[in-house]
Amino acid sequence: MIPACRLEDLPRGEAHRLDVDPPVSVFHTDDGELFAIDDTCTHQDASLADGWLEGCEVECPLHASKFDLRTGAVDSPPAKLPVRTHEVFVEDGMVYVRLSMDAPNLPPCVAARLAGGPA
Amino acid sequence: MVGASLAGLSAARSLRKQGYDGRLVVIGEELHRPYDRPPLSKEFLAGILGEAELALESADEDLAAEWLLGVRATGLDHTERAVRLADGREVRADGVVIATGAAARTLPGSEGLAGVHTLRTLDDARALRGELAEGGRLVVIGGGFIGAEVASTARALGLDVTVVEAAPTPLAGPLGEAMGAVVSGLHTDHGVRLLCGAGVKGLSGETRVDAVLLEDGRSIPADIVVVGVGARPCVEWLAGSGIALDNGVKCGADGRTSLAGVVAVGDCANWYDPRTAAHRRVEHWTGARERPDAAVATLLAGGAVEPGAPRPPYFWSDQYGVKIQFAGHAAGADSVTIEAGAADDRDVLAVYRRAGHPVAVLGMNQPRLFTRWRKQIASTTS
Ligand SMILES: Cc1cc2nc3c(=O)[nH]c(=O)nc-3n(C[C@H](O)[C@H](O)[C@H](O)COP(=O)(O)OP(=O)(O)OC[C@H]3O[C@@H](n4cnc5c(N)ncnc54)[C@H](O)[C@@H]3O)c2cc1C
Ligand code: FES
Repeated sequence: MIPACRLEDLPRGEAHRLDVDPPVSVFHTDDGELFAIDDTCTHQDASLADGWLEGCEVECPLHASKFDLRTGAVDSPPAKLPVRTHEVFVEDGMVYVRLSMDAPNLPPCVAARLAGGPA
Repeated sequence: MVGASLAGLSAARSLRKQGYDGRLVVIGEELHRPYDRPPLSKEFLAGILGEAELALESADEDLAAEWLLGVRATGLDHTERAVRLADGREVRADGVVIATGAAARTLPGSEGLAGVHTLRTLDDARALRGELAEGGRLVVIGGGFIGAEVASTARALGLDVTVVEAAPTPLAGPLGEAMGAVVSGLHTDHGVRLLCGAGVKGLSGETRVDAVLLEDGRSIPADIVVVGVGARPCVEWLAGSGIALDNGVKCGADGRTSLAGVVAVGDCANWYDPRTAAHRRVEHWTGARERPDAAVATLLAGGAVEPGAPRPPYFWSDQYGVKIQFAGHAAGADSVTIEAGAADDRDVLAVYRRAGHPVAVLGMNQPRLFTRWRKQIASTTS
């Protein structure tokens, strides 16, 4: 369980990126729901927190793949693999994330870098 | 579906998603299943991505379509609603989606000379990748996006690269003069020679190219030449069909054409843009991916739905490690302001305005701010 940020510091329509490895982002939708997913797009190295949040979907800032925040599924290509979703909850005004134990679907360039190979 | 690339595949997906469960035939001239073109000038050309990774379909995807690949459509018979194929077959349909894309323009007189390339297809990219691996001097004719990306990739591979551009500033059409100069400054930053205002007279060489001859009399030695002078819409096969053509297939704001039951999408389609009250043929990935949704809705509804405005055109380009992004229309702008970063650092966000209203945005390595502005332009100009 990781503390992410205070709920009052995360307005609706915004995202907050956690500096874990690989990074995770918490999204606060316009309807007031909170979701946490892996921050790195599964297509290439882009931060989904920088993306376009609309309803329960985030569009990658680079090539416009869309991910469903509820399930992590790809709603629109070029990405083919889903992002992981993580559990989010709020306690005493603080947003917490419980990280998924699944293996992440990192894009090839990032996976190589984490493995210590050439980026 | 005529054309089995991004726009054709997106249309097939949209049809299934929107509930069409009838027969679906996809006709494509290339033998390949749909693949992604942007990496052809970037990661694929650099040898970082392989062919399998270019596939646009996922492994478990099944659209229940019949794929007729390696065969060219040669005609559309509207009264019979039939597509004629080069091998004599004919496919009858209730609805036709035209998605035949565009083909690279060539330099007259360069045919048959070894070492001269255009870049549009996987086969083109394979051939060029093979030659770049041997190194040498590369001359890119045309400073547009594809030419610039090839120059960037080749430079990273260690080639000696020159870009020859006929206009005084490369990319002035899509980005305007000021920002065209900033983006094309990346070439000189990275040791690539950029010759502007340099018209090409021809190529020299017996069987293999050895130089590019300029109109001002200069001769630029070359081992490899890439001709990146734009693309023309693939619509010759529609001649005589009665469909209205004008810089591609002339379309309404939802892809409808002058023929009932026929829509056109992607690089071959010249859609009406309600934002600028003019037709514009958009040759970018995101348009070919998104617009088929609207075109298919129109097709299934028999043209009975009112078109909404598509999002402003958006594209990206990767050059010399810099992520370039652009959305909107630069042509109508009367001012360009730098909102963040600095042009000289090639790390910049520039907003184009017309009478004070933002109409376009350019980002270099600014994905976060860029997306915010892109969102704003989509909401304010619709
Ligand atoms: C090298 C390269 C790099 C690019 N990089 C970027 C980028 O960074 N960002 C960006 O936004 N866009 C980029 N693009 C543009 C983007 O790839 C195109 O906008 C997109 O491919 C258009 O898709 P389409 O399906 O309309 O057309 P196409 O991809 O051109 O496909 C049309 C298909 O129809 C087939 N066809 C043609 N005529 C016939 C016929 N008579 N019968 C049957 N089949 C036919 C063709 O063989 C082809 O397979 C790039 C393009 C290229 C070539
Ligand atoms: S990096 Fe996200 S879609 Fe390409």
